[in-house]
Amino acid sequence: MTMATAVKTQSQGRRLDLQVIGPIIALIALILIGMALNSNFLSYANITNVLARSAFIGIIAVGMTFVITAGGLDLSVGSMAAFVAGLMILVMNVLTDTMGVTLPVILLGIALALIAGVIAGLINGLLITKVGIEAFIVTLGTMGIYRSLITWLADGGTLSLGFEMRELYRPVYYGGIMGISWPIIAFVVIAILGEVVMRHTAFGRHCAAIGSNERVARYSSIAVLKVRLATYVLLGLLVGFAVVMYVPRLGSASASTGLLWELEAIAAVIIGGTLLKGGFGRIWGTVVGVLILSLIGNILNLTDFVSPYLNGAIQGVVIVLAVVLQRKSAADR
Amino acid sequence: MTKTLIATTALIGALTGPLVSTAMAETIGISIPAATHGWAGALNYHAKRTVEMMKETHPDMDFVLTTTPDSGRQVSDLEDMVATRGIDALVVLPFESEPLTGPIKRIAESGVWVTVVDRGLAQEGIENLYVAGDNTSFGETAGDYFAQNLAQGDKVVVMRGIPSTVDNERVAGFEAALEGSGIDVVAMDHGNWNRDTAFTLMQDYLSRFPQIDAVWAADDDQAVGALAAISQAGREDEMIVVGGAGMKEMVERISNNDKTVPVDVTYPPAMISTAIEMTVLGLTSDAPLGGSFVISSELITPDNAADFYFEDSPY
Repeated sequence: MTMATAVKTQSQGRRLDLQVIGPIIALIALILIGMALNSNFLSYANITNVLARSAFIGIIAVGMTFVITAGGLDLSVGSMAAFVAGLMILVMNVLTDTMGVTLPVILLGIALALIAGVIAGLINGLLITKVGIEAFIVTLGTMGIYRSLITWLADGGTLSLGFEMRELYRPVYYGGIMGISWPIIAFVVIAILGEVVMRHTAFGRHCAAIGSNERVARYSSIAVLKVRLATYVLLGLLVGFAVVMYVPRLGSASASTGLLWELEAIAAVIIGGTLLKGGFGRIWGTVVGVLILSLIGNILNLTDFVSPYLNGAIQGVVIVLAVVLQRKSAADR
Repeated sequence: MTKTLIATTALIGALTGPLVSTAMAETIGISIPAATHGWAGALNYHAKRTVEMMKETHPDMDFVLTTTPDSGRQVSDLEDMVATRGIDALVVLPFESEPLTGPIKRIAESGVWVTVVDRGLAQEGIENLYVAGDNTSFGETAGDYFAQNLAQGDKVVVMRGIPSTVDNERVAGFEAALEGSGIDVVAMDHGNWNRDTAFTLMQDYLSRFPQIDAVWAADDDQAVGALAAISQAGREDEMIVVGGAGMKEMVERISNNDKTVPVDVTYPPAMISTAIEMTVLGLTSDAPLGGSFVISSELITPDNAADFYFEDSPY
């Protein structure tokens, strides 16, 4: 991923200012620190672990980039992921009773997760565009609703996929081709598609136009509401897709699933150089942001460098530093 | 300003409460944390189950059950219970000790019977009855098992819970039990009693240490995450994993003589049932019931696993 992003930067950058390379510098610095602190840091297993665990937040953060670029925000994605995961497990368990431990059950479960994600995104989007409520408030509300629903579905406990079904579904997270596991492949494909859509399609440019100045966008005959609605639906779909990758990992969902994912996704988007107020979005930056966040956690676990009580503080400092690196040059623009 | 207002409403509620209820049914208020992790979920399950049971055996009693996501909300819940429901007894599992001590003290002073569950208050002598698990013994039980079953120089990694008194007491008990055994605790980080966090933490432990002989996951949710990471790395045969609490899946593995999960340590969420039933007894009978009731942690082994397996429990 870093390779691809580096190439991208060069082809795009007429001049490599700090604003563009800020997140990459932070990422490289983290990799160097990791290498210095632990010899296993660059081992195949560790790299695979870090990339695979980044995939959930990463896939969601790609969708979040579109929402934020178009001037919106979605706080409900973490709860939504937990709810969709719970729903998927419940339905798959019921289907297993009638259809047995078979592939169609998994395919139906995947279809359900994607559809549930789209519907959840549609609800957010319609409340924001048609009813005209502030995105922050709508998604704060749905965040609470989905979190309560998963707690209720699980009766306060944990929903678990049947043991045999878990074994059958397991390879979707742990398997792969040529030593690259599926979640990593999925993340790369989604990120590349996202980058193409953001840079080279009318939809991507409309998102930036709306986020930058909604009124002007409307006068330019952009279907503002439709585009905005589409960003939330796309995000919902990607949440569903992330869940498809998440469920085979532990085969369970509970009230603590997906906790704070929304903030991690938003942080990754902002670290990557997308403007929180909208108008400018960068998918590859988001990918770098997600990797930065995962690497901090990984490095802290690999060392006794700081007291574990201070993990959150280190993460906070790195996030702020990564953004400060960009803002310096943003002032010159 | 608000404080005095709250205090007065609480006082009025407390004064009117007993007056009303002498004529009518006795009311027991129960306030526990919301089901944010597996153990708390089981706590909720047992609380609801016991309330249903008590309603049948004591039709003259009323029960008010509230679950709360944080200390602030719990204080409001308690105030509401006193002001609007006029409770005669309170069973409370304080979300945090310090912030809840004041409000619970005021309720106790107004003459309401108070049973505190699991998390002790910051000040002694407020509650009529204290029902709790023993966190130090929870850590010691696991530590003793390691001390007896591991060799000198063996390497142990530890997963701690959400930073809290509960977690500190457990770890202190664990470390005390290991002292002088020559067993090497190589790392301790927080898994926050969460499966996903424990999974990533265990992955990182596995990359970091070529040799791990035992994992003290200190909680069965964390053990589930750790076991998934260990089986991903294919290192099940190298280490044992000891969780805690007594989750159904873990007890099942123990009774099947699983090599990786040889034992578990109990910390029964059903202690809330003990607390509710003893409180009901305290209100209805003349038997002396004040004091503290500490439920010790036991070691679940393949021999006694059947005693700890509850088919219907969600946990």
